[in-house]
Amino acid sequence: MTDRPIKVLIAKPGLDGHDRGAKVLARGLRDEGFEVVYTGLRQTPEMVATAALQEDVDVVGLSILSGAHMTLVPRITKLLQEQGMSDVLVTVGGIIPDDDVPSLKEAGVAAVFGPGTTIAQVADYLRSNAPTRD
Amino acid sequence: MAQDATAPARAHNLVEAAVAGDRLALARLLTAVENRTPLAEAALREMYPLAGRAHLVGITGPPGAGKSTLVAALLALVRAAGRPVAVVAVDPSSPITGGALLGDRVRMQAYAGDRDVFIRSMASRGHAGGLASTTTAAAAVLDAAGFDLVLIETVGTGQSEVEVAAAADTTVVLEAPEMGDEVQAIKAGLLEVADLVVVNKGDKPGALRTAAQLRAMLAPTVGRSAIAAGRPQPKRPEILVTTASTGDGVPELLAALDRHRTTARDGEAASARRTRAEAQVRAILSERLADRLRGAHLTALHDALVAEVADHHLDPYTAADRLLEAMAAQVT
Repeated sequence: MTDRPIKVLIAKPGLDGHDRGAKVLARGLRDEGFEVVYTGLRQTPEMVATAALQEDVDVVGLSILSGAHMTLVPRITKLLQEQGMSDVLVTVGGIIPDDDVPSLKEAGVAAVFGPGTTIAQVADYLRSNAPTRD
Repeated sequence: MAQDATAPARAHNLVEAAVAGDRLALARLLTAVENRTPLAEAALREMYPLAGRAHLVGITGPPGAGKSTLVAALLALVRAAGRPVAVVAVDPSSPITGGALLGDRVRMQAYAGDRDVFIRSMASRGHAGGLASTTTAAAAVLDAAGFDLVLIETVGTGQSEVEVAAAADTTVVLEAPEMGDEVQAIKAGLLEVADLVVVNKGDKPGALRTAAQLRAMLAPTVGRSAIAAGRPQPKRPEILVTTASTGDGVPELLAALDRHRTTARDGEAASARRTRAEAQVRAILSERLADRLRGAHLTALHDALVAEVADHHLDPYTAADRLLEAMAAQVT
């Protein structure tokens, strides 16, 4: 099944209340032919992991602007691994200092997209890197 | 097609795990069903006998009427009663790009730690009618996995997306206040298949008036002719008013759902089950026919006949008959 849409969860973990960027990306990926599950604001790591499992997504995209990424992201990747979803591609977008990127990657994040990233860049990256399942 | 041989064994493992409560296995089965893989077919063959115990409730209505919010309000009550509950929420796929934005979970967040709540979004993937073509199968998988109640939320619907009535035992049609006059209520279509009509946003002006109009207009016709009396009876929906965002009226709705589940088990729900069975068999039959047409021998004949029809050298009825004959000859 090579032509099935890639399913992406766009989640906003943590307490920042600004989801315009996440919504723009969700809409942009929709227009690129992805099936995008959008979960809304103020998600706990458990909510994100549960949604990823129930929806059986290929990609989890986390949008974080609050600075809490070093706490939230490793918790989410750990929960995903614990529930048997270590093959899911995890990406992070938002305001992430360059210095934090290596630790996030160590925690299981595949890519970090900062301000200025285009929808096309994200879409192309996901198409090339999303896990292939039957 | 190399994977066909291992599909039944892999399906069996996933089915066993899902029925034993493994939620990832359940999620993977639903993905297979959505993608119509060989594994899904093997799994559905195995799960079908296990299904048939859950109460399948369809929730439909226009976009923005409050379907997701009402589902969330129902989840709270059903979980308070300790019943395991699943949701299949369908949102439309883009007819242009095939992409979809599935946003129903936004209103149903509170259950992350609760393994007896399972929410799955589905894109309609080009299927008209308010559901995805695989929604009935997905509901059967959740039924077989042991959920007592399966809520099927359709895409935002208009007047004629009645497919959910065949997919569910009980169909709830949501209306928002002041969405139309009395003539809207007597038009044929969606309201005719409702077991329950819910006027949501009951705190908005006009909600009670809308409910009163619906009650008056959806009352059964009296003095039907002998011919009409012999036909299937239109449903006589109960009309309820809810405010899903506050929970007002939702306990009454749940009580009405439970009543419909018990009283109609042998009547309307039985006929809904029959309609559902028929729809499933027919859908699979036409898929199988389409698969057969793609076979090497018939593809050539099919293409040749289509070309003749395009040139008006042959009529489409004769072309279809010839294909059926060729198919029958192949079987024997």
